[in-house]
Amino acid sequence: MTLRDYAIRYGFIVLLFGLIAYFAIAADGFVSPQSAVFIFQSVAITGVLALGVTATLVVGGFDLSIGSVATSAMMAAAYVMVVLEQNVVVAVLVCLLIGAIVGLINGWLIVYMRVPDLLATLGMMFLLVGLQRIPTEGRSIATGMTMPDGSVANGKFSDAFLALGRHRFDFFIPNLIPVSVVVLIVLAVLIWFFLEYTRFGRMMYAVGSNERAAELAGAPVKAYKIWAYVISGVFASIGGILLAARLGRGDIASGNNLLLDAVAAALIGYAVLGAAKPNAFGTAIGALFVGILLQGLTMMNAPYYTQDFVKGVVLVVALVFTFALSGRGRR
Amino acid sequence: MGNDAVFRVGGLRKSFGHIEVLGGVSLELHAGEITVLMGANGAGKSTLVKIISGVYDHAGGTMHLAGENFEPNTPAEAIRAGVVTVHQNINDGVVADLDVATNLTLDRLSGKGAPLLFNPGRVRREARAVADRMGLAIDLKARISDLSLADRQMVAIARAMAHQPKVLILDEPTSSLSSAEADRLFALLDRLREQGVAILYISHRMSDIRRLADRIVSMRDGVISGVFDKKPLDYEGAVNAMLGRKIHLDRIEVRNAAKPVLTIEGLRIAPGAKPISLTLGDGEVVAITGLVGVGKTALAETLFGLRKPLSGTMRLNGSPYTPASAGEAIAAGVFLVAKDRGENGIVGGFNIQENISLPFHKRMSRFAVLKRGLERATARRQIADLGIVCRSEKDEMTTLSGGNQQKVMVARWMAQDARLFILDEPFQGVDISARRDIAAKLRASANGRATLLFVTELDEALETADRILVMSEQTIVGEHRNADVDLDRLLAEVAGGPLHSAA
Repeated sequence: MTLRDYAIRYGFIVLLFGLIAYFAIAADGFVSPQSAVFIFQSVAITGVLALGVTATLVVGGFDLSIGSVATSAMMAAAYVMVVLEQNVVVAVLVCLLIGAIVGLINGWLIVYMRVPDLLATLGMMFLLVGLQRIPTEGRSIATGMTMPDGSVANGKFSDAFLALGRHRFDFFIPNLIPVSVVVLIVLAVLIWFFLEYTRFGRMMYAVGSNERAAELAGAPVKAYKIWAYVISGVFASIGGILLAARLGRGDIASGNNLLLDAVAAALIGYAVLGAAKPNAFGTAIGALFVGILLQGLTMMNAPYYTQDFVKGVVLVVALVFTFALSGRGRR
Repeated sequence: MGNDAVFRVGGLRKSFGHIEVLGGVSLELHAGEITVLMGANGAGKSTLVKIISGVYDHAGGTMHLAGENFEPNTPAEAIRAGVVTVHQNINDGVVADLDVATNLTLDRLSGKGAPLLFNPGRVRREARAVADRMGLAIDLKARISDLSLADRQMVAIARAMAHQPKVLILDEPTSSLSSAEADRLFALLDRLREQGVAILYISHRMSDIRRLADRIVSMRDGVISGVFDKKPLDYEGAVNAMLGRKIHLDRIEVRNAAKPVLTIEGLRIAPGAKPISLTLGDGEVVAITGLVGVGKTALAETLFGLRKPLSGTMRLNGSPYTPASAGEAIAAGVFLVAKDRGENGIVGGFNIQENISLPFHKRMSRFAVLKRGLERATARRQIADLGIVCRSEKDEMTTLSGGNQQKVMVARWMAQDARLFILDEPFQGVDISARRDIAAKLRASANGRATLLFVTELDEALETADRILVMSEQTIVGEHRNADVDLDRLLAEVAGGPLHSAA
């Protein structure tokens, strides 16, 4: 391998460790279990969304609706528990169902109605942003809120549901690891194994690389594409459940950054280990990278508005790594 | 018929890298005459057209237009000098979102002397003048995207003719037109011929050629292989010159079929086509040959479940065979190596091993988890079997030569046993040694299945097959046992002769 190959393959990992080393020296208290857990927790929800969008990237598509699927799931969870006074199981199932249905509709629009993926999911995004506000006429959902018809919603978030966002498992240190981090790690391993080792994952990559060849090899290409959007939708709704559990209310103002952060993580993932293609491991590293960067900057008292700028710079650099240096831009 | 050539090309040469595409082409076009240029894929027709129309430069040779030196550096220069080309893809010649009038005058929107402001009235006046001169009866306000392909083609040609060219080049203009639409095009070309335009018409369609040609020029392997201008024109001679025939063929031991594998009865693959009936036997290699566009790929796709036949039955090993998808065809043991591997075969993001295993994931996995050891072993066995030149089964496809890429495609489908093995143009873009390897492998492994090849080049059929069928006009018109082939009859069938004399 030439130096260039090494740069493409390990460049981003080196950058990641360089970043950690820099913050370790420059920011007090950056290297500690609590700090590490905080980073993981801060990227857990975007990470879950990013893993889902990775599935659509693998089949050569894209899903811009993940952020609004997550916030819709959050509002739905709050509505089901606070207004309809249902239990945790119903709330979780409703959220997952919403994710699956939105994924199916996205897939149907793209595969059968031939709407370009970016436009179909962009439309779905706007649709959901509006839809999630209709039941409460634009109000956030919390216990004791007044409903449009004047009644008062008396349900509340069940403790079991809140535990999804607040419980911490003991790991050497008591109360260390939040549930959301465990969910992130489990889903990351699942989707990684699915994409890398099962025949379904392999065929999804084939569909993304040469749809016609996959079809001529006997693959039901349309079904694969639709399934990718269903995976993306369900993962996004899981992200929404975690968000609702963390906030403890259905907050219409939250979740604005989810889409951009998740897409950035998935695209940064292209550059990890010179994969030059969407991949679950890269996405996880990408999410972590963004988390470490933001945590480090925060601890060094960088103003909040520089964070978006830095994220953008990292994304652009990662894309240059992928497409220009490795010369393997496929789309 | 003018005796002096309006346009003259002498000794034109062109190479891409080490590959010589044109090896000294000389050609004359006369005013008021339609010259048909015939040539198989890769003969160099497109390269020749692109040099004449100023897209490519050329390495050697001369071009003269009306006695003057003609050296266009850009397509615009060629057009200004009076050489206009209508390319094969109709939509390259028109802008779909604009109306007919604007399209007809598009070339006046830019360049020297073009007015700054867009004046719809003036555009419509100028367009009307162009349309009248051409006898074009199309609503000038219609948007191109609302027009039929034929009308778009008419607009593209009319737009080209707005420059009042001396030479008009048409690259397979009828390839996407129906026969009624083509007739309109021919009427237009007759009119242009009367106006004294020298026309170079590139086509494979014998019916077009018979209708239009004043002269036929055949091209093969980058040189002119025959010029036919004596009336009546020798169409079979022209096809022969285009397809060529080499005397030194490797003789093959012709086998006779054992029990039938595939039986087709009354299969119609296009409206108006005569039905196809044929039987393919166990252990035999059958080649179907014919010109481009006669329905070879359509037949291959019908057998592989990608399109439905209009009527007729297929039986595989005696039981009815009605595949509704590629997946069903594969499950029934019918495999297809599709033509144009870059488009239909190679998965660019996959290495050799992953490309080979692509259709057989299910058979290579347990609980949906791929057995990577089995996958690797299969790839290694296939690489050795077909003599694929590579460093390892993990090589990227882009590192392989065209011949080796094609071997990977064949290896993919030979990894499992087929009942019917179909290969559509398997020797396209393949060097001679790889072609021999693949053909030898196909023959050596032929027992236990029926093998069906679709090839345009006659040599490829003669080198590989036990039996050769000829296709023309979406049906099979001839059959030859590859032992003592009557080449004259075969060429006549390819040229569609008997069919026309019978009609």
